[in-house]
Amino acid sequence: MGIKYIHRAYYVLCPAGEETTSLFHKVYAREVNVLRKEDVMEEKDFEIKVETSQLTAWDRVQIARNADRPTALDYISVLFSRFMELHGDRLEGDDPAVVGGLARIFDMNVTVIGQQKGRSTKENIKRNFGMPSPSGYRKALRLMRQAEKFNRPIICFVDTPGAFCGIEAEEKGEGEAIARNLFEMSSLKVPILSIVIGEGGSGGALALAVGNEVWMLENSMYSILSPEGFSSILWKDKKRAAEAASIMKCTAADLKELGIIERVIREREPVKTEDMSEVAEQMKEGIFEFLEKYKEMQGEQIAQERYERFRKF
Amino acid sequence: MFEGMFKKTYIKPDKKQRPKKVKKILREIPQVPEGLFQKCDACGHTIYSEDIAENYYICPKCEEYFRIRPRTRISMILDQDSFVEWDTGLETSDPLEFPDYKKKLAHLREVTNLEEAVITGEGSIGGAHVAIAVMGTDFMMGSMGEVVGEKITRAIERATSYKIPILIFCCSGGARMQEGMISLMQMAKTSAALKRHDEAGLLYISILTDPTTGGVTASFAMLGDIILAEPKALIGFAGPRVIEQTIGQKLPEGFQRAEFLLEHGFIDKIVERKNLRYTLATLLNGHV
Repeated sequence: MGIKYIHRAYYVLCPAGEETTSLFHKVYAREVNVLRKEDVMEEKDFEIKVETSQLTAWDRVQIARNADRPTALDYISVLFSRFMELHGDRLEGDDPAVVGGLARIFDMNVTVIGQQKGRSTKENIKRNFGMPSPSGYRKALRLMRQAEKFNRPIICFVDTPGAFCGIEAEEKGEGEAIARNLFEMSSLKVPILSIVIGEGGSGGALALAVGNEVWMLENSMYSILSPEGFSSILWKDKKRAAEAASIMKCTAADLKELGIIERVIREREPVKTEDMSEVAEQMKEGIFEFLEKYKEMQGEQIAQERYERFRKF
Repeated sequence: MFEGMFKKTYIKPDKKQRPKKVKKILREIPQVPEGLFQKCDACGHTIYSEDIAENYYICPKCEEYFRIRPRTRISMILDQDSFVEWDTGLETSDPLEFPDYKKKLAHLREVTNLEEAVITGEGSIGGAHVAIAVMGTDFMMGSMGEVVGEKITRAIERATSYKIPILIFCCSGGARMQEGMISLMQMAKTSAALKRHDEAGLLYISILTDPTTGGVTASFAMLGDIILAEPKALIGFAGPRVIEQTIGQKLPEGFQRAEFLLEHGFIDKIVERKNLRYTLATLLNGHV
């Protein structure tokens, strides 16, 4: 038993002799240049197992944006039963970029919401590439308020390049819709879990990610602006996006380290719709723990915890 | 009017004959001080700086609103000598260890005499005790990072605990990208503090000034119980250039200006700068 100094590796601390993917989220996962002795939590009874990853931040961004990455509806159908999609913002329309409704898991009723990308070009156009308009955020808020009324936990699947920026979106108050969601979500009296499954595009993603806990899939990204945008503002050159991605700290490992998220869902291989089992198993286990944790908590306490979670940044 | 109508003749003084005394005086006459005149970017006229200052920092020729510094705004809005600043000395943790960021901050602090992009504190308007936060574009385009978010959140929380209204003058290019996701979190943090302020039954007036964009628009700027704006201020979520690129067409006239937002139902009132203090005093009187 000892500590190795590793270049560009993931390290996982496991109890001696045991090794399961579900333990991954319990330990400190990061991409490191040098593994320092201080990083180890407890040497006794632990064995360090090293798994190297050759993926760069930019690689992970590409995977996050990949067309065959599972979408919100894919996760909803795999994790929950009796999903009934609900529509409309009760004001003017139904945004196809946001899906949401009622579902059931572990004998509990929950509200699930997600940003939905398309599987084909045709579907992507219908779904506006997962870029919500104000109407989508207002639908999400309506469903979340309803969840609070009926004491249902809320689970959000975040996957968007960003909020849609078009003339109509501005006319209908894209900024206000996002702000309103941040405002209201912050004090909902039911537990909220947000999982970034693909792209977490800035404020457009945050509007569904004011959660008690926020998780990310290992190959997802969550950023304040796209690496392309970053590189063009910083270096006046869109082509240095790969470099920007590393500096920006937008990968799951980076954000776990910064304390922006609580958990990284392991992807030994990038998850595909045909085989979501590794990821689904971790998510189910995690959701179970999450729901158990908040089961006995009072609404006020749940909201207070969420407030403090964001207050510390 | 008579320019060019008369032929001018110049008589040069004979240098040899000028007495020494006069020469000395001539050398001592100071240069025209810098900043005495300013050029208006909108109409191109050169204007006497003092005229601009006396006209609420609005161009007397074309009525273009100049952007003003936070301390100037505070002196225009609050009762004289009532301002007490809060939360000075905060420094960012530089979460991304962004190259040259700390150097840039140090330089800006020297040049602008500001610590960060927002000044917060308390004061009174027409006698009403208020908390106030004023942003300015001099410092990193008013971008919101950790310190801006923290100062604003503390001001809101303090206003909630003192049970007083809070006024926020919004002016920003958006979230500060040098601080990455920490900047994004400020959107949630400030909005959450405002929700609590709201639940306590307290007033929040946001005043949108030119420009109010990005993460600031998508958080505290659009959450005022009452939202005021200065005429022709640029207020929007996505930047105009990004929208143009996305949709591939030119934007309509007046898009994302205060008047546009008023028409579409997103602000309460456009208030001319000279009426702002009075309007705020009236509103505060109606709510306290």
